[in-house]
Amino acid sequence: MEEIAILGVGMHPWGKWGRNFVDYGVVAARDALADADVAWTDVGFVSGAITVRNGYPGYVAGSTFANALGFTGCQVASSYAACASGATALSVARGHILSGACDVALVVGADTTPKGFLAPNEGDRPDDIDWLRFRMVGATNPVFFALHAQRRMALYGATKEDFALVKVKNSRHGATNPRARFAKEFTAEDVANSPTVSDPLRLLEICATSDGGAAMVVSSMEYAKKHGHTDPVRVKGISLVTPTYPDTVLDLPYLATDAGAAGDVPERGFKDSIGDAVYAEAGIGPDEVDVAEVYDLSSALELDWYEQMGFCAPGEAEQLLRDGVTSLGGRLPVNPSGGLGAFGEAVPAQAIAQVCELTWQLRGEAEGRQVEGARAGVTANQGLFGHGSSVLVAR
Amino acid sequence: MTVLPTLQAVSTKPQLPAVDGLFTTDDPPHLIGGKVPGRESYFFPKHLGGGDPHAEPGAELEEVALSRRGKVWSFTNSAYPPPPPFVVTEPYEPVVIAAVELEAEKMVVLGQVVDGLTVDDLEVGMEMELAVGPLYEDDDNVYLTWKWKPAEPEAAAESN
Repeated sequence: MEEIAILGVGMHPWGKWGRNFVDYGVVAARDALADADVAWTDVGFVSGAITVRNGYPGYVAGSTFANALGFTGCQVASSYAACASGATALSVARGHILSGACDVALVVGADTTPKGFLAPNEGDRPDDIDWLRFRMVGATNPVFFALHAQRRMALYGATKEDFALVKVKNSRHGATNPRARFAKEFTAEDVANSPTVSDPLRLLEICATSDGGAAMVVSSMEYAKKHGHTDPVRVKGISLVTPTYPDTVLDLPYLATDAGAAGDVPERGFKDSIGDAVYAEAGIGPDEVDVAEVYDLSSALELDWYEQMGFCAPGEAEQLLRDGVTSLGGRLPVNPSGGLGAFGEAVPAQAIAQVCELTWQLRGEAEGRQVEGARAGVTANQGLFGHGSSVLVAR
Repeated sequence: MTVLPTLQAVSTKPQLPAVDGLFTTDDPPHLIGGKVPGRESYFFPKHLGGGDPHAEPGAELEEVALSRRGKVWSFTNSAYPPPPPFVVTEPYEPVVIAAVELEAEKMVVLGQVVDGLTVDDLEVGMEMELAVGPLYEDDDNVYLTWKWKPAEPEAAAESN
């Protein structure tokens, strides 16, 4: 796959600001356009990531942002893929650029989220699997996170202390990030003293829901060169793969997995395959990655990603964490931004925000949290309904 | 370990599934699954559990009783009341949840654990079997869901 260039990135800080999601997206978009030194009127395509919690304007996010910035007659599309929506919007933009439909595109996602558990829309829908898991079982998102944490404890001997250490690390990383929501550096004791939400996970180990916005200006390599971007960060790979049947690992929002009895259970699970696909497309392997942003919906899920993204073998994630390999200053810092632990989740903005952070890292502009000499970075992200994403960027 | 009766003997209200078509209430109960004809591909719920890419195009799923026993794949609880459409019974007792890998189908099925158990009573690998128990009630009815309970030894279960 040919590369595209990341000319500019921007974000509206994460938090609980109580404003319209459009405001956050516009701030992020203007930030990214200024960073790219591209005029809004030169953008040929707007690729919006959809929010499903803000009514109709959220369903047509691309158009909503374009309208707020002032309609120019450019092309527009909107994408939804749960937490992977931002990476999907980036992929759609890449398709437009590489097909020659446009030279430069704006990718943007923003959200305003309610406090507390994410839940289905109102109404009785017994033929909706997402509705059924709440009604018949009470299986919230943290329930699924905790099932994976508990299984890690049973399979690999992970401890609650290991999980807490992830939160401690990410809060330390995020403490100096002006765009993160939480500036507090939490200790293992703080984590242990926070109430259990779903055993073994405590409140401080489950990502909050946040307001926020993130945007990127991306272009063809030719456009980048013509406009003076001589060595831009490049998108080398995007993975949006589905699971492969039969997938026997239970994940959101399903009540049951496929049946292993069907035979030919893939050796590599769904989340392994997300990384496999991005490395294959990029031609860059996990051993060449200098920095990563992975989806720590819970502290324990970050440890799963170390293995799924090929940073270590199954069962070795706790050792990698304890050895400081994934802390700033280590060989492969993970979530230098602070991750979801320091940001909380603004669903359609989050996968874009991951790439924004890697862009700053690869440019050497991540003040206070810089991974020295970073040349290649990878993201990992999971949505529900078989969605997930990974983006690999390099210089 | 005490396992409480799975049906509320105290209530005289009619008991009916909270949603039809997911499980039976006969003795013993079972989950209603879908199966691809001629293949060992099972789904739960029958029409909401996905598809098999290797099935004959257009093949109708057969309705099957899924096996009733399996081993705990993982487990947890919900210390806080889940949001709607979950119906909270006050005072709220943390819902305990197990994901159980069915012996025959090798599929993992999520469900509440019968009342009276906590996460301390569970462990990965433990043998469980299917039960049916109360989910919530209103003035007219008790609404039921499928639940997992620690399995009785096969021989003892047969002699009952």
